[in-house]
Amino acid sequence: MIMYALADCNNFFVSCERVFNPGLNGRPVIVLSNNDGCAVSRSNEAKALGISMGVPLFKIRDIVEKHHVAVFSSNFALYGDMSRRIHQTLRQLAPAIEIYSIDEAFLDLRGLERTDLDAFARKASAMCFKNTGIPVSVGVAPTKTLAKIASKHCKKRPELQGGYFLHQKEDIREMLKTVPVEDIWGIGRRYSQKLNSYGVYTAADFVTLPPEWVKKEMSINGLRTQNELKGESCIDFLDFVPPKKQICVSRSFAREMVDFGNLSEQVSLFTAMVCEKLRRQKSACHQVIVFLLTNRFKEDAPQQYESRMFTFPVAASSTLEINRVVLKELSFLYRKGYGYKKAGVILTGIIPDDAVQLNLYDNTDRMKHSRLMKVMDQVNERIGHGTLAVATESREGIKMNRQRLSPQYTTKWTDIPVVKSSR
Amino acid sequence: MKKTVKIYQPSEEENPLPVVEGVKCGFPSPAEDFSDMRLNITQEIVKNPASTFYARVSGNSMINDGIGDGDILVVDKSVDPYDGCIAICYVDGEFTLKRVERHNDHLMLVPGNKAYKPIQITADNHFTVWGVVRYVIKKL
Repeated sequence: MIMYALADCNNFFVSCERVFNPGLNGRPVIVLSNNDGCAVSRSNEAKALGISMGVPLFKIRDIVEKHHVAVFSSNFALYGDMSRRIHQTLRQLAPAIEIYSIDEAFLDLRGLERTDLDAFARKASAMCFKNTGIPVSVGVAPTKTLAKIASKHCKKRPELQGGYFLHQKEDIREMLKTVPVEDIWGIGRRYSQKLNSYGVYTAADFVTLPPEWVKKEMSINGLRTQNELKGESCIDFLDFVPPKKQICVSRSFAREMVDFGNLSEQVSLFTAMVCEKLRRQKSACHQVIVFLLTNRFKEDAPQQYESRMFTFPVAASSTLEINRVVLKELSFLYRKGYGYKKAGVILTGIIPDDAVQLNLYDNTDRMKHSRLMKVMDQVNERIGHGTLAVATESREGIKMNRQRLSPQYTTKWTDIPVVKSSR
Repeated sequence: MKKTVKIYQPSEEENPLPVVEGVKCGFPSPAEDFSDMRLNITQEIVKNPASTFYARVSGNSMINDGIGDGDILVVDKSVDPYDGCIAICYVDGEFTLKRVERHNDHLMLVPGNKAYKPIQITADNHFTVWGVVRYVIKKL
């Protein structure tokens, strides 16, 4: 029987900060979302103070001050690098891994059936910690959904040493009684409420429901989840990432944008970023969508939420070509006197760049564009993002509030940790 | 399935032929197969990329061990600390670079500079070895 593991980093963003700042161990620590809005990662000490996931910073100011909670802006350069280190470590342990999110990965343990999988889980956790300093909970089970439950179980039980193998029928049965339906992977809040209203509160209650009912009320996905909880694997393992059909870069601004010049610099920068992503996956796009959003919390201010789409006659991938169109569409959207809180650029109609159909009347020199973009991407990758940019792009980066940002310890030479050798 | 037809347009380019690295026309360089073989220093000094971190030295307490102010340390977190290793240690709230020596009931953090005193570590100290230093990169 094939087993799956889920390796889930504990309080990942907080743990990354702690690696380079061990003085944070034992203290309440939180990491905020973009623009320092809400708490998105919390240490156990912060959770114990009642700081909930996603709570806005302004609502917890008192707790933060009273208990000296350490607060950080999100440092995605650091978290991304630490995440890749964890994946690298896991790859050495299992034949295939599926990267599920920045802090979670599934392992396919095919061929390891004869191994002591309890010991394997603990070893995987120990290796991740040894390599990176990040505590990781590894749950092993016959299905991905059960592996998630097993991994969650290790977080609550430090004596398991970060690894747990959930496979005995009786153990699974007992475990499901302790799992509330809203904690099951794949069951959203809407379905949990519905299930609760039928008196179904735990995973154990859920597996006893008639499959026909589950399929009818919760679609085939609900049925899959039910089967997975019964130990029958039905969620595919994806060890490659399919190219995205839609790519988007959007951000909220630290301060509202009123001036067209400032706004267009930011949107131009988003365009450069989104086009780079497009070329990285070796694609071109047929459509580009630009959108603008005012601050909906300011009820007395004029409101706008609007987007415009442009279709290219020949699929495009050049920043220059796409940027020109984006700025034109933006000028149609922009209204003087409005305060814009968020903007974004979406590319859709995405196809592989070697399948672009040329148009007889096309007079863009695509070879030239493609060579130019190749050079630009290479330079930016080697020397740093924004080294070569379109003149309309903001040169100061995205205007974000990140007042409590830690250094980019692992991705920038000027930010590497300094060790005192003076005592 | 949609059939894809590529239409090649006449171009004003100097080299409309496919360009092979550094060669102007169709004849490939005999060195083409060896194009990826240039030495890369990272391969030599980084055994385990997942666990290797860099740090910068501030101060001269390790000067007799050949480590001076401003040098870059190549640190491998996965290496078990051994008696006599040079390591980044975390002691009572701060990072410090020292040689770690094992004695009977305690550890000694030994500087490489007569002007500094060794630090004795007992169970009362808050102490961890953050990572063992494998290489030192210095500018001459």
